[in-house]
Amino acid sequence: MANGAAAASSSWTITVRINDAVYEREVEARKLLIHFVRDDLDLTGSHIGCDTGNCGACSMIVDGVLVKSCMLLAVQADGTTIETVEGLAAGGELTTLQQAFSDHHALQCGYCTPGMLMSATALLRTNSDPSDAEIKKALQGNICRCTGYWNIFEAVKAAAGSGA
Amino acid sequence: MLLREVEYAKPSSVAEALALLVADDGARALAGGQTLINVMKARAASPDMLVDLNGIDELKGIELAGDGTLSIGPMTTYSEIVGSAEAKARPILGEVCAQIADVQVRNRGTIGGNVCANDPTNHLPPLVAAVGATFHIAGRDGVRVVPADEFFLGVYLTAVGPGELLTRITIPAGKGDGFAAVTLGADGTCIANAAASVNGSVRVVLGCVDAVPVVVSPAAADDESVRAAVRGAGLRPPGDVHASSDYRTHLAEVLAVRAVRTAVERAGG
Repeated sequence: MANGAAAASSSWTITVRINDAVYEREVEARKLLIHFVRDDLDLTGSHIGCDTGNCGACSMIVDGVLVKSCMLLAVQADGTTIETVEGLAAGGELTTLQQAFSDHHALQCGYCTPGMLMSATALLRTNSDPSDAEIKKALQGNICRCTGYWNIFEAVKAAAGSGA
Repeated sequence: MLLREVEYAKPSSVAEALALLVADDGARALAGGQTLINVMKARAASPDMLVDLNGIDELKGIELAGDGTLSIGPMTTYSEIVGSAEAKARPILGEVCAQIADVQVRNRGTIGGNVCANDPTNHLPPLVAAVGATFHIAGRDGVRVVPADEFFLGVYLTAVGPGELLTRITIPAGKGDGFAAVTLGADGTCIANAAASVNGSVRVVLGCVDAVPVVVSPAAADDESVRAAVRGAGLRPPGDVHASSDYRTHLAEVLAVRAVRTAVERAGG
């Protein structure tokens, strides 16, 4: 960054805070955030379902904003604070939402669950008493092929009702 | 998916971004990335350099002038438009942005990226054309202002040329607007859409039926006038797995009527 001008490079050193741990790594500019988190940092809780931005299994919360991490370059996350599914039960105890997923059988194969949990977490953080329509709209970016969505919806509704 | 090797730069001003875009023919501006990153995965685009606009504050935000004119930074996300008090000066903007894809995409995707991509199935090209937006485009010779009718040039092609950057979108005040679409699932990709504005004259803009949004000007806002105007446009839209050319033509007529009905209702309310 000499003379204040932006320099281009195919390799960058980035620093990210993920679930209260700080990581500094060198990354290729072409690397997607999901690959950085899974392959370089071995945080494999976030899944890759479609790799085309449709399924939401890779959803993370970056600086408080829910995103699909397959449509963000790792280098774009430099300096951010990221929350992934591993951070939800950080103390070893499930969050109210996670417990509600268990109680309501909101997962079968579990592949979509990390993304579902992050989307529902983001919803309940800004809207503690969502309407049925708001819950459905909040989960629109996450595809589940097992459950038919109903138990996921019930779990989020229950977690909201319990003040999560 | 592994992208082709690419250089990356994150300028903090329009001037810096332009310098990078002008210096390298293979450089492309990266806005929200909700289209471009996927297009790069598919190798449908392989830029040599990505100029990330996310660090440029002057490209963000919404301002409302005293006369009701909105000035929207192209790097404003759909979610920001949905949540903006200022953007309610033209309520249709937030309403349509709330129908784009899903929360995650709305949190990253930008109005500038949507119009500059000019994918014929995008929501915003017909909408900004219907509301009479103007586009401020910066290049090495300064800034030029382009009206919506001259902004969309072809599939994935707009008046923003190589070495240029969309820096502002201005939209006049108004409330008599409507939008209707038939989509793949709720809030999905549009099979056909129509935006209408009856602030003064009747203006209908059809999406998904040609390379660029198709503007039609019905003589009046009644259903038959709108249908006649759409029929008179001589549409020959592409057919695909979701809709034949004939069905898309039919949808354009139906959606135009729905959009105008909404616009009339809002104008009078």
